[in-house]
Amino acid sequence: MVIGQEGKGRKGGPSTSSGEVTTSNSPIEFRLDPASGVPTYLQLVQQVEHALRLGYLKPGDQLPKVRDVVASLAINPNTVSKAYRELETKGLIIGRPGQGTFILATLSPVVLPELDGLRRSLHNWLAKADGVGLDESGIMALVASELRDFYERHRESRDGAAGDDTESVA
Amino acid sequence: MNVIESRGLSKSYGTTKALDDCTLAIPEGHVVALVGPNGAGKSTLLSLAVGLAAPSAGALTVLDSEAPGSPAALDGIAFVAQDTPLYKNLSAADMLHVTRNLNRRFDQASAEARLAEIGIPLKRKAGKLSGGQQAQLALTLALARRPQLLVLDEPVAMLDPIARHDFMATVLTAAVDEGVSVLLSSHVLAELERVADYLVVLSRGRVQVAGEVDDLLAGHRVLTGPVAQVATLAHWPVVHVRHGEVLAHVLARVTADDGVPQGWESHPVGLEELALAYLREPDAAALPGPVRSQDAGARR
Repeated sequence: MVIGQEGKGRKGGPSTSSGEVTTSNSPIEFRLDPASGVPTYLQLVQQVEHALRLGYLKPGDQLPKVRDVVASLAINPNTVSKAYRELETKGLIIGRPGQGTFILATLSPVVLPELDGLRRSLHNWLAKADGVGLDESGIMALVASELRDFYERHRESRDGAAGDDTESVA
Repeated sequence: MNVIESRGLSKSYGTTKALDDCTLAIPEGHVVALVGPNGAGKSTLLSLAVGLAAPSAGALTVLDSEAPGSPAALDGIAFVAQDTPLYKNLSAADMLHVTRNLNRRFDQASAEARLAEIGIPLKRKAGKLSGGQQAQLALTLALARRPQLLVLDEPVAMLDPIARHDFMATVLTAAVDEGVSVLLSSHVLAELERVADYLVVLSRGRVQVAGEVDDLLAGHRVLTGPVAQVATLAHWPVVHVRHGEVLAHVLARVTADDGVPQGWESHPVGLEELALAYLREPDAAALPGPVRSQDAGARR
């Protein structure tokens, strides 16, 4: 699955000194979009959730090893650990010491019964925004800004409630 | 353990003060980015830490109270200088041989394995390797010494994008596999956001910012609002203000929980934006880093 990583995964690779099997069989490979403005760890979280929703990942599947993600994306190891911690807190994955990280639960595809209603109210809202003179990019900017604020507050209130194991800043 | 600890550290070259009363503590287990304008004292600090220069005043210890340049410090710290120096007429194999004989600890097998992995032929002369391969060879020699701390001075400045990516991938993989702490100086702010989890900003020979990246980002917000009302933020811990005729962006030392005045919006900040703001305001400072072990009384 590691494509473009010179010499890695092609043979057993010489990096088996730690005794780990290097043939990590994860169905997915992460990518990064530096222009998205989304923090790196969150991009990893979202990609796993997305793959779960679309059925690319199923319970029992293995996520790429932290080392492999670090090697292929050249990102800080703590960023990957943070993403995996977040997914573990959400109950979606589980880390098994010495073996790797595995998918625990699945995310149902978005076929909620509420979906139709949500779509209708969104349509009404869009019509209203259009009516008062907002154009497409204006609507996008408004939605993006509100969305960001909403989930930021959401995350913060949840992180606060989950108890903090991080060092506090004086 | 702190990998580097300094107190009142100064270094003068003639009448020029490269470092001036620099006090700093860097804990182990991080990838630390050292940034600052040219002449801020980055290379000087690195030279002092690896024992290539002696302080003019003040104290500096490495790897938990070892003196720089002492046998323990030399064993535990590997340094790759800016121009990744190699003997151009020696082959990669010869470079391994020389380095093995100049050091008390050298992991020949892992060095050869790493060179094979990145496709550097052992018989090729160092001078015939590409810039990226030369950098990788210098890095391989450094890592084969199994250091606790890897110090890199502007490691990727001269490399093309792929070579840069591969070089940093090797460094970060070593951080996972061997738990090596990394201290690297760089001007490439955009890249540091992905790579570093600890930031030190030097300015005019002093430490301006030091702390874990997550803490720094959580402790700063950009407040956006009308220029006319910037004065209402007068008592806020403002770092830097950018504004047009009407709209102002104010980087301040506040968290998302701190409210904003009526008519202002609060946004999260990225590492590049944060570092730039401090670089433009040499008098502002943010130092949420750890206390030095002497101050804490006991070591962790």
